[in-house]
Amino acid sequence: MSSYEEMTGKLNLDPRVIARARHAAKQIAAQVQRETEKYTTTAVERTVARLFGIDGVNEDGVPLPNVVVEHIHQHCDLARGAAIWIGAAIAAYSLSPQQVAEQITVGKLKLGKEPRAALSQGEEIATDLARHAATKIAARRQERTALIARLGEGEWPLLYLIVATGNIYEDVTQAKAAARQGADIIAVIRSTAQSLLDYVPYGATTEGYGGTYATQENFRIMRAALDEVGEEIKRYIRLVNYCSGLCMPEIAAMGAMERLDMMLNDAMYGILFRDINMQRTFIDQHFSRMINGFAGIIINTGEDNYLTTADAYEAAHTVLASDLINEQLALSAGLHSEQLGLGHAFELNPDLEDGLLYEIAQAEMTRQIFPDAPLKYMPPTKYMTGNIFKGYLMNHMFNFVGVLTGQGIQLLGVPVEAIHTPFMHDRWLAIDSAKYVFNNARHLRNEIYYRPGGKIEQRAQRVLQQAVDLLEKIEKIGLTKAIEEGTFADIKRRYDGGRGRVGVVEKSKDYFNPFFSLFMVSSEEDR
Amino acid sequence: MMNHDARINAQAAEGRMKKKREVIKESRCAAKLAPQDSQLKKIMAYGDTLNDGWMQLSFTLPVTKGELAKQAAIQLAGKMGLEDVGVVFMQELDPRFTFFIIYGRCQHTIDLSTIKVVEAQVERMDYYQINAYIEEKIGRKIIAVGACTGSDAHTVGIDAILNMKGYAGEYGLERYPWFEVYNMGSQVPNEELVAKAIELNADVILVSQIVTQKNIHIDNLTELADLLEAEEIRDKVVLIVGGPRISHKLAVELGYDAGFGPGTLPADVGSFAAVEVAKRIAANDSEANQSTS
Repeated sequence: MSSYEEMTGKLNLDPRVIARARHAAKQIAAQVQRETEKYTTTAVERTVARLFGIDGVNEDGVPLPNVVVEHIHQHCDLARGAAIWIGAAIAAYSLSPQQVAEQITVGKLKLGKEPRAALSQGEEIATDLARHAATKIAARRQERTALIARLGEGEWPLLYLIVATGNIYEDVTQAKAAARQGADIIAVIRSTAQSLLDYVPYGATTEGYGGTYATQENFRIMRAALDEVGEEIKRYIRLVNYCSGLCMPEIAAMGAMERLDMMLNDAMYGILFRDINMQRTFIDQHFSRMINGFAGIIINTGEDNYLTTADAYEAAHTVLASDLINEQLALSAGLHSEQLGLGHAFELNPDLEDGLLYEIAQAEMTRQIFPDAPLKYMPPTKYMTGNIFKGYLMNHMFNFVGVLTGQGIQLLGVPVEAIHTPFMHDRWLAIDSAKYVFNNARHLRNEIYYRPGGKIEQRAQRVLQQAVDLLEKIEKIGLTKAIEEGTFADIKRRYDGGRGRVGVVEKSKDYFNPFFSLFMVSSEEDR
Repeated sequence: MMNHDARINAQAAEGRMKKKREVIKESRCAAKLAPQDSQLKKIMAYGDTLNDGWMQLSFTLPVTKGELAKQAAIQLAGKMGLEDVGVVFMQELDPRFTFFIIYGRCQHTIDLSTIKVVEAQVERMDYYQINAYIEEKIGRKIIAVGACTGSDAHTVGIDAILNMKGYAGEYGLERYPWFEVYNMGSQVPNEELVAKAIELNADVILVSQIVTQKNIHIDNLTELADLLEAEEIRDKVVLIVGGPRISHKLAVELGYDAGFGPGTLPADVGSFAAVEVAKRIAANDSEANQSTS
């Protein structure tokens, strides 16, 4: 590569324009951060309870973290955070965190009446519990590093496949088969509507709709299965789930404890596509990302979804703008660039003349603007029909662009998209042919220059310029206002609208959450 | 692979010879009379010659790859009515699962004259015609409420019909000046949808159901129809459902006015809605006239 190309990439993108875009995104993220820092949520506090080791459900099936946080909300002061109250109860009654929860739920224990001394002792106890939790998560992270070093991993683009039977044990069969066939990453599709549950279901799922619930037990079952097949085929198989919805940070904590490797974890997805309250989402995403960052988990953002509602040609710049905002929000939560599977998609109308050129422009541009991020590249969905034969071809146009532009995480399309969840052979067809495309065009990327002033270069430059303009506009009006105006995905959401707003609590001056400093500091040291 | 192909070709040739006489006879008839599809009594699948019956299929058996698995696949195809079955491709998916691609000549015939088809009866108008129609026949905007109901989070379908940008180059109903559209988005409880329809005095309710696992959509759609009956507004609204597994027949069975499946465009739904709303209004008017006279 010439030094000129090093600076401007294959598309002759002006580094000053990129810097401007990033600067605006940073300001936008900082504004959001300043606003969210004043609040906590019931989900954040339940996460603290989980990290302290509180788990299980009561007689009515209510998860104990919900019981404890509801109890504190009613009888104590959640504005100070759950940690201090749990710590105080431990100090006052010599119980374990789990025992505290169990006694609360049967009505044997009522918090808020601990002596003053117990409260100050509680802070120390909570800090110790938090350190213990962080040590455990760090150990799981090291375990991953060691396994990858010993077993090895797939080549970029990594092959990402979904399993979605609704029965975790059947999912195991599908996932192991996919791994043997060549999958590098297995995503267990989550049951429809979990994102709107304000609690995390408990136990193994055997009858889910459209997927299984994200539960700690399901995580454990699939982790064990993928570790087993990984040993067999001598390749580390990564596990993905959904860290989104009303329980974002709780799922992050569960994933960190069960060594998940990737999480779908977007800063705005819940607001736009699930109508979850904006404030709630911004607070929850921050803590969840802090946990993901510390646990060494790669996050996947959901910009690909914008193009299922907005037009991929006209709205291409909103994807880039959102990628840049997601990047800044992630960095401010302690994630590293290498952990950012920023999302984008191959969703142009297949009838569009030169559509492939524009797809290449977008993918190459994204690659260049985020050089250290793995990037999550999503297959066509919007224009997939019941014509599985054409769909198969569209998927491989997408695979070709993936390898040509050096994407990190390639979610393989299956020909039966838009019909039903993949059968075992649909997954094999996708893997076998993706391997063919990737292998056959492996180093084409190194041989290619795009014609200066040509269609691809011009398209990328235009999209970048539009993204800068949009980001600078959002910087002026604020992200909240931008979402209210329907900037992303053609969807408008009000600041005070949506689900889960009731779980937002303003922090008091003596709010205490030992994980904030622990996760952020350790994450900094890591750099 | 070559062997299979060769065998299939040989079989095809043989089949063609056998059928030659019949085919000639039938094509002569066809030349004379050119029957309507609905008059055809013995239709077979078509490969490259009339009545050859060729079809392809692919499936997986939970069996280890080998001769036994292959014979099992051939027998299964036989039970489906296929003859001259050729396993053209066989692949191990996992130690206990094998994938097959099969060709065979299906012996079943179908009598089209006995088939009754239920389709939404709409004369399809385009964007301009629909708007002109509403302006002339109704004289006010049609109020439509749309949602993905129940636990369904997939808005792709409803958005394709309703969103400004529409789908496949056709504007969605939001763009129609004579439609007033409220898209409630995903995971909307049936109760909320009904409440909204009452609040807005809606003419049309559009429901999208993408997730169909374990027939959850049937329960959900039935519940909505029941709720509308309970609120006594079922007759007032035009109730439409769409989705990849929705047919007009199914929709009517569930108590809906129309069902739209894959490939539906905004104008298909718009045409149906406009005509039906006009009908309702006309019916209500005559009812009102009768009661006053």
